[in-house]
Amino acid sequence: MDYTLKETMTIMAAREIRNGDIVFCGTGISMVAAMAAKQISAPDSIIFFETGSIDSCLEEIPLAVADPRVMFGAASNSGLLEAFATMQNPNTGDRVIGILGAAQIDKYGNLNSTCIGNYFQPKTRLSGSGGSCDVASFVSRCLIFMQHEKRKFPIKLDYLTSPGYLVGPGARERAGLKPGGPTAVITNLGVMRFDNDTKEMYLAGYYPGVTPQNILDNMEFSVDISRAIETEPPTERELKILRKRVDPQKLVL
Amino acid sequence: MNTAQDKVMTLEQAIASYVTDGCHISIGGFTVSRNPMAAVYEIVRQRKKNLHCYAHSNGTGVDELIGGGCVSRLEIAYGGNGKAAPTCIRFKLAIQRGEILFEDYSNYHMSLRFHAGAMGVPFIATLSGLGTDILNIWGFSKEMRAKDPKLPNKKAEVIDNPFGSWTGASKVVLIPAINPDVTIIHVQKADRYGTCRIEGLNFADIDQAKSAKNVIVTCEEIVDAAELREKPEYNQIPFIHVSAVVHVPHGAYPSACYNYYDYDPMYLRQLSNFAKDDKLYKEYLETFVHGVKNHRGLLNLVGQEQLKIIAADARTGYATGLDRR
Repeated sequence: MDYTLKETMTIMAAREIRNGDIVFCGTGISMVAAMAAKQISAPDSIIFFETGSIDSCLEEIPLAVADPRVMFGAASNSGLLEAFATMQNPNTGDRVIGILGAAQIDKYGNLNSTCIGNYFQPKTRLSGSGGSCDVASFVSRCLIFMQHEKRKFPIKLDYLTSPGYLVGPGARERAGLKPGGPTAVITNLGVMRFDNDTKEMYLAGYYPGVTPQNILDNMEFSVDISRAIETEPPTERELKILRKRVDPQKLVL
Repeated sequence: MNTAQDKVMTLEQAIASYVTDGCHISIGGFTVSRNPMAAVYEIVRQRKKNLHCYAHSNGTGVDELIGGGCVSRLEIAYGGNGKAAPTCIRFKLAIQRGEILFEDYSNYHMSLRFHAGAMGVPFIATLSGLGTDILNIWGFSKEMRAKDPKLPNKKAEVIDNPFGSWTGASKVVLIPAINPDVTIIHVQKADRYGTCRIEGLNFADIDQAKSAKNVIVTCEEIVDAAELREKPEYNQIPFIHVSAVVHVPHGAYPSACYNYYDYDPMYLRQLSNFAKDDKLYKEYLETFVHGVKNHRGLLNLVGQEQLKIIAADARTGYATGLDRR
């Protein structure tokens, strides 16, 4: 069965979501990944949005986190303060997994979604944090979607919007952040993870047809590739559910 | 003011009375939902200038205020608007061209700042943003802040947890309260005195309203106070906070109003195409904003057919099956 890169990325992320997780969703592919996980392998996962909608029905794919489609059939509709509290609440916070994206990521999983170039006179101004900095500050597990290109994996970020492991082991704690941080970076070429001791990114998996060298060629900084294995491609069952039940209108995929 | 008197007026009157050049303003809604667009377009039509705008993720509303030439200073968490504009286009251009001063925060920061303003405390504590450039880099300089009595002297401050390591935190971030001169929100139902019922997500509208000196409420329907008071627990904003009530059906268009109508994906896409080109955007403003007398005029240009297409389905609260490609 043929499949697209976007479908691969979606399935890779969906496989990271455990049954019972409370999934913080952004727009686009992260929403589709969360919806796919719920349909495929984590039926008891709960999807929630920073706008304050918890356990939405999602009969149709929302195209923004404030899309009225997130409001229909939810367990509760409140506001931003309640949504961010869910991530920090001593009883629910540990169950939350965040899904984020960014324009740049460094080797410690710090993210830039604010600007390319100088902050005051940027070459390209981006949307800004939104809830990204908040999620990255609060949750213990985070998935990050990225496109593998040299400029998107720079040695130094143009602006640090959302905290990963900051400057390495113990840095989050020294800054006053909770422990935790990014768990996986899912790209168009493979899956990267973070070393338990050094907190540095390493290549964990590459998609069929991609080599670890292809991936290094698309990054400014270098990562350990010694642990990398070929990833399991999306199965027929996963693809069928994704296409028939998650995004039949092909709004995202 | 703000007592139980009839506050119904025209949008023209409300904007002329409460939105003044250079005032500090916030608008309700979030990206594609419940932006008070009729009010935004009236502000542009009245050519208000030098507004200091506070935004979390308002989307189209803030982008049109910037594009309309009304904003000179912006404190914002997110300038994006769903599929039609992943980064709001006039926001992006204004910053890249150095046309506005801007300060970045996160969504939680901005929501908390309105909350602090509503509570009447000078600042509020959070654990968000430690170690990031959001706290390290200030868009508004110390000097600018020192000179302006309407700005706090600092963007943010990190302190050691004054309660030891209580709840496990070693440090906390303090961020300053916001008290806008005026907040404008669009709601589904209000009574003539200003009591509001918001259906669906409230985003940060309640604190944005309660933190402001004046509040303009635009609404889909004006209903009897008695009707809202039958189920007071479903009302979010009591009349005591509100200065003006304006009846504007489709007042959030082209953004969505849950249970009434969806966002208009076609209009938003067209708007994005105009916004990318200065000449086209100018022509767009002349036709769709300055070229019409009021919001009804814009809706006439859009046409009844299109409004029917985006009408909300009674079961879901949005336009089920709407073509959003």
